[in-house]
Amino acid sequence: MFKILSKQILAKGITRLEILAPEIAARARAGQFVVVRINETGERIPLTIAGQNAAAGSISVIFLEIGKTTAQLASLSPGDFILDLLGPLGRPTETGKHGAAVIVAGGVGAAEALPVAKAFRNAGNAVVGIIGARNKDMVILEKEMRSAVNRLFITTDDGSYGMKGFVSDMLKELIEKKEEIGIVYAIGPVPMMKAVSALTKQHSIKTIVSLNPLMLDATGMCGVCRVTIAGKTRFACVDGPEFDAHEVNWDELINRLATFKNEEKLSLEKYKAECKCPE
Amino acid sequence: MPRMKMPERSPSQRAADFGQVNLGYDSEQALSEAKRCLQCKKPLCVEGCPVGINIPGFVKAIAEGNPAGAVDILKDKNNLPAVCGRVCPQEEQCELRCVLKSKNDPIAIGNLERYSADWEKNNRPVPQAPAQSAKGTKKIAVIGSGPAGLTCAAVLAKKGFDITVFESLHKPGGVLSYGIPEFRLPHDILQYELKYLESIGVKFTLNCLVGRTKSLDDLRNEGFKAIFIGTGAGLPAMLNIPGENLNHIYSANEFLVRVNMMKANVFPEYDTPVFVGKRVVVIGGGNTAMDAARTALRLGAKEVFLSYRRSETEMPARAEEIRHAREEGVQLMLLTNPAKFIGTENGFVKAVELVNMELGEPDAKGRRKPVEKEGSNFNFECDMAVIAVGLNPNPVLASLTPGLETDARGRLKIDENSMTTLPGVFAGGDIVGGETVIQAMGMGKKAAAEIERYLASDTSQSCKKT
Repeated sequence: MFKILSKQILAKGITRLEILAPEIAARARAGQFVVVRINETGERIPLTIAGQNAAAGSISVIFLEIGKTTAQLASLSPGDFILDLLGPLGRPTETGKHGAAVIVAGGVGAAEALPVAKAFRNAGNAVVGIIGARNKDMVILEKEMRSAVNRLFITTDDGSYGMKGFVSDMLKELIEKKEEIGIVYAIGPVPMMKAVSALTKQHSIKTIVSLNPLMLDATGMCGVCRVTIAGKTRFACVDGPEFDAHEVNWDELINRLATFKNEEKLSLEKYKAECKCPE
Repeated sequence: MPRMKMPERSPSQRAADFGQVNLGYDSEQALSEAKRCLQCKKPLCVEGCPVGINIPGFVKAIAEGNPAGAVDILKDKNNLPAVCGRVCPQEEQCELRCVLKSKNDPIAIGNLERYSADWEKNNRPVPQAPAQSAKGTKKIAVIGSGPAGLTCAAVLAKKGFDITVFESLHKPGGVLSYGIPEFRLPHDILQYELKYLESIGVKFTLNCLVGRTKSLDDLRNEGFKAIFIGTGAGLPAMLNIPGENLNHIYSANEFLVRVNMMKANVFPEYDTPVFVGKRVVVIGGGNTAMDAARTALRLGAKEVFLSYRRSETEMPARAEEIRHAREEGVQLMLLTNPAKFIGTENGFVKAVELVNMELGEPDAKGRRKPVEKEGSNFNFECDMAVIAVGLNPNPVLASLTPGLETDARGRLKIDENSMTTLPGVFAGGDIVGGETVIQAMGMGKKAAAEIERYLASDTSQSCKKT
């Protein structure tokens, strides 16, 4: 059992939980994730480790409510327990020295980008951050990102804050201004990562993405998270989750994420009806 | 006298739920079967048992109406008799060596073992632990809670060592928990045997992926004097053919984990979903393929087909499992092999292209090699496919542990003392090339003896140093 120490609502539908897990906190590195199962009837879902506090023995996860399990997780309070927590999983981010690194994050991806940005900076790279959201109220972790990067750009789809447009538009602007970019790291919804990948491929800029396929055990034993990388099947949970963006079969990933769309809808509807959630 | 038949539920009744197919002997049936045993002076059956159970001894106890005595004799050598009585391929092991086999009616050793173990569960709600011998409190870590790890842990716990089993999943048991369906091995039976292990002092740490959550060095620093690796063959082999990543094409591991471990069969009461195909094709011919096919039927598939590239004689699955699958309605498509999968525009599987095969020359193992019949390709409609063509050793721990060497097939290298290339680190089961539950148990048992010997000599060495 893993105790929830604190909870913060970062934006509508985006929650941050700090969870007591000393072993994971001591070992987690940027780019890694955990698998969570809330209770006995629960499913296993992967969540990126957004931060860790080795002294307090805690890790934090930040997630968007998109279905039953994330809604249920968001309903928990400090003092509540999560039944199962496994991690840290996946290969840590390989930073290397690239000169300037641009970290591009869409929506809740900003949470996942934060430790990655820090890692790239600690490795001696100049880091430019681009975070984006639908509107001003959905922008998260602005302060934290600002202190983690050399320069931060913010975009909103409706222009209510920062630049109007997508994160990929901002990246395009930087490229067109002939800024030195050694590497791009993108994390967020698949269409956004796909767009970033298409853009940087035109300009031959090395690009890493953190993929988010369906996962079950997340220890390499089932292959539900399989993705095609450079024509070869790889398991994102153990071979990734980070891959060269230009080698990813994006359409296959998009298809596979829709495998259980109907079941996910049914499960959420049942939960909303039973818990009499507002809305 | 003929062998006592195992009572089983009718195919139509059992294919509608996940309850056990075989019902087990009642006491009269067990008594009469046990009385058939000739009580050989030099029992060959014992040689056929990888863990060396005193078979005539426990059978005699049953014949004398003493099931409690039978349990004690069984548990002297085998700590998971209810599991082994159900899932061991006895026809290739103990029963193959029974002298009555010449008349084709060997003693039903597996059924009698199961009877004894079930008797205990029904009559002793809390399993009885043997008296502990306080031999010392040396800490030993066992990585993986499948059959190999559980056996190694139990043997060493009985010797008085301080045992902790580390498991990456949220439930212990390995393949017994996530792989073998409830209609062959009910979860409460496994729970009872796990409780027994706890009663003899085995501790479990779940949600711990050794290699990631902690390293072998971390374990040594925590005071573990020896380590046993039984991480199994968890990596599903794929076919590597076009279309394999279409939606609703599952590895058998994924499909079985969803149903067995996550209870997707009662979705949405449980949160994990599973797709229920109407027309399902399972690829493979082993027990895992049978389990997957029969599970698909129980979930509500209208038709389940099994594509296997050789003929029925070569099928690695137990004859009983093939018979059960057939009776329940699984249709065998022998001598066929998938060439590719065909999908809808949304990326869901809609057909598999199969090729007819014929058997060619025998290979090194004596199995006739399947050869494609050129131009015999045909499309076979399906809305779901399960790939059950084998498993490879779990690569996670070795890939993250410097100095832990594997062979070309990813199996941990061990010496004749079950020790890996790292001193004090032992291994057994599928991670070193085992194939069945009982083989893994035999290897776990041998490693336990080697660990005990290693720790005894280790003490004398450290005494010399000081």
